[in-house]
Amino acid sequence: MENYQYTIWILILPFAAFLFTGILSGKLKPSLTATISIGAIGIATALSYLAAIQYFFLNASESYTAVEAASFTWYRLSDTLVIDMGILIDPISVMMLVVISTVSFMVHIYSTGYMKGDDGYARYFTFLSLFSFAMLGLVLATNLIQIYVFWELVGLSSYLLIGHYYQKPSAVAAAKKAFIVTRFADLGFLIGILMLSYYTGTFSFSDITNPDGPLITQTIGGTFLGLSTLTWAMILVFMGGAGKSAMFPFHIWLPDAMEGPTPISALIHAATMVVAGVYLVARMFTVYSLAAPEALEVIAFIGAFTSLFAALIAITQTDIKKILAYSTISQIGYMMMALGVSGYSGEAGLGFTASMFHLFTHAFFKALLFLGAGSIIHAVHSNEMKDMGGLRKHLPATHITFLIATLAISGIPPFSGFFSKDEILAAAYASNKLYFAVEYLVAGLTAFYMFRLYFNVFWGKKRTYENIHESPASMTIPLWILAFGAAFAGFLPFSHLVTTDGIPFDTHFHLTIAIASVAIALTGIFIAAALYRKESTRSQKIAATLGVFYTVTKEKFYVDEIYLFITKKIIFNLISKSIAWFDRHIVDGFMNLTGNTTVAASFRIRKFQSGNIHQYALVFLTGVLIATLVYLYYYPK
Amino acid sequence: MIEDIPLSHILIVSTLIFFIGVYGFMTRKNMISMLISVELVLNAVNINFVAINRYLYPERLEGHFFTLFVIGIAAAEAAVAIAIFINLYRNIRSIDVDEVTEMKY
Amino acid sequence: MSAFAITFYMGSALMLIFAIMSVTSRKLLRAAIYLLFVLIGVAVFYLVSDYMFLAAVQIVVYMGGIVVLIIFSILLTSHLGEKLQVVKPVTFVIAALVSLIGAGIALSVISAHTFNPVAADGPETTVAVIGTQLLSYGKYGYVLPFEVISILLLAAMVAAIAIAKREKKPES
Repeated sequence: MENYQYTIWILILPFAAFLFTGILSGKLKPSLTATISIGAIGIATALSYLAAIQYFFLNASESYTAVEAASFTWYRLSDTLVIDMGILIDPISVMMLVVISTVSFMVHIYSTGYMKGDDGYARYFTFLSLFSFAMLGLVLATNLIQIYVFWELVGLSSYLLIGHYYQKPSAVAAAKKAFIVTRFADLGFLIGILMLSYYTGTFSFSDITNPDGPLITQTIGGTFLGLSTLTWAMILVFMGGAGKSAMFPFHIWLPDAMEGPTPISALIHAATMVVAGVYLVARMFTVYSLAAPEALEVIAFIGAFTSLFAALIAITQTDIKKILAYSTISQIGYMMMALGVSGYSGEAGLGFTASMFHLFTHAFFKALLFLGAGSIIHAVHSNEMKDMGGLRKHLPATHITFLIATLAISGIPPFSGFFSKDEILAAAYASNKLYFAVEYLVAGLTAFYMFRLYFNVFWGKKRTYENIHESPASMTIPLWILAFGAAFAGFLPFSHLVTTDGIPFDTHFHLTIAIASVAIALTGIFIAAALYRKESTRSQKIAATLGVFYTVTKEKFYVDEIYLFITKKIIFNLISKSIAWFDRHIVDGFMNLTGNTTVAASFRIRKFQSGNIHQYALVFLTGVLIATLVYLYYYPK
Repeated sequence: MIEDIPLSHILIVSTLIFFIGVYGFMTRKNMISMLISVELVLNAVNINFVAINRYLYPERLEGHFFTLFVIGIAAAEAAVAIAIFINLYRNIRSIDVDEVTEMKY
Repeated sequence: MSAFAITFYMGSALMLIFAIMSVTSRKLLRAAIYLLFVLIGVAVFYLVSDYMFLAAVQIVVYMGGIVVLIIFSILLTSHLGEKLQVVKPVTFVIAALVSLIGAGIALSVISAHTFNPVAADGPETTVAVIGTQLLSYGKYGYVLPFEVISILLLAAMVAAIAIAKREKKPES
């Protein structure tokens, strides 16, 4: 048994930093707050790498098994139903540890430059520590309740950080929207947890996902609408994941969440929190795969649909952060689809491995893209693409790193995205040709819209900028580090590290698929280059010929409007108004009646309170005498 | 000695002192004299405690102890009451109950 | 009728007279002195009941403490020779009526009841016995009320200081 006791410090340090800087907020210098936060996450990062090396490379055995590094009973509901708090070490949690701590550490350092001079500088770092703590706790959770607690904590810190510029009404609205939408999805998650624990009598992942456990080997519960209760529970759990991961139809909050500071978008809304849904499905994958394959089909369908849907929207957006946000949604759709088409154990589990692999590489290049975008926004002071162009001379470091990330997301070898995307496509091809076709198309679209962004920002029309300069070293160094990851993370032998059942297998290199995917990516790139590399009106002409399609995608398929219609027109008018009427007239009326009666009665009997002590004494004594007489004559001996 | 006196006679004396105290409490306006009346009432009760203890349960000391506690509480009460009187006198130059109308209604 | 009985009844009569005078006297200082006499009578009653310690406490706390406190406050709050205001005559009548009715009820109950005194000598009420019992927590132990009283006295002391303290005048 190996010792992973030290992993508890990965959680304690960011939390301690949060508490310390939060309690002493206003007393500490902002720069000291930042230093404490960075120090805490830095040590946590080092420990995460230590854990990863120990787990993956110093492990003598053939397969990887889950280890509970720490555990204590938090709350005992019954003899079997116990809520623990603990630390679970297994391949996916260790991989997530590395991703989260690395990106979080980079974002911390980057933020010292990006947020310099901001009024909420100290507050920002305090909440950043809270988020790091919550996210790390989420991936290390040993049971459903613990993951739910941290799940809500990341939701809260996401809310706090999106609303960082709380003077801006749009930021406040975006924060509320993100919180409410994910909260609504989490309701499904909670019901799913309760259903699961009702049938299994446990919250613990190791019991629930045990392939020989009662949940998987026996059919439990009844059926509802043709699906077993377990399948419904798993679909509800996925609903929570879909909310956090911005899957259709819960995707509406993520583009709005770009109101937050850009490093936050990089950390929370690209690399870590939004993939929590993927992580959740992966965590419960054994159950999905062996006991609820119908739920897995739902996941695959939603993942594939979302990836196509978001990619189409991304093509027409003009706000660079919005493009990246839709790109994130699309890529998470990829991961979900890959999980959905995956089988269990061995080669059949390629989809699972590919999904985790893509999560890993995506974290690097998407965080890099966002941080690069932050660097651009920092220089140009605008989010709109029309304010940019020809920036490659002005921002050389940002340009190179951004190009690396763009190539990585487009799936050009040898950058990391190529390897993971290739595995996903291979998994889809092996399972369902339709999904393969969709994802193949999306790969081309991704290359197109990413290079559209790239050419528009760094090439295109030349314009003069006032007072433009490359970002400071505190911002460019994280860019280079992440660029290194985005370029070379693809060479990790992922199928030897992260698999469905912990047993490594060898992947074959799918040459045909690789060539085909590179071909479509290059096609997308060339179209983008033709349209946007030089300033021209060709793109407007194409947009004009597409007409309605262009407008519909530009308006994001009117999903927000549909939501507004349902909530404002239908729910507010039909349900809320009648309830409000009932509340105002019946409930309030009753309360007012009691209140008014009391007031009126008090005015009548007020004079009894004369303030005359003699009178009080007289009344009191008379009462005592009457009581004595009653006692004497009604209860004689 | 005390056994020569019937218990009821002692109780009569204490009852009379009690109601003299009550009468004083209801007829006096000055707060200090009301306090004096209250002390009379308390002492009447103490006499009852002691007499019944002495006559009916001489082997125990419950009445004795309750008397002790009543004396303690009376001391505390007198201290607080007089502190209030002095503060009141300092503010309104009077310690008549009828004059204290500041917090009425 | 023994000499003790005669003394007792005379003493009781004196106590009642002083009690009446202390609630009717129009001069406050005199009322306090009459109260003092009543308290002395009560102390003597404790003494003849063989409760020496109680008598001592009565003298020390009541006469030495409370009455002195009352006299101090009288001197602080009223002028010498000042006569007390009286309440309305109707109040006198009502108060006297209620008190008499109450006394009548109580006395009728007392006279209707037959007491059965136990002719046994009680335990010796030395300070040692009282102290042991006061701090004992067994049966007939009084440690809990003792502690409660001590907290009450502390609270009263703090409260008395807090109330009587002169408030700081706001700097103007």
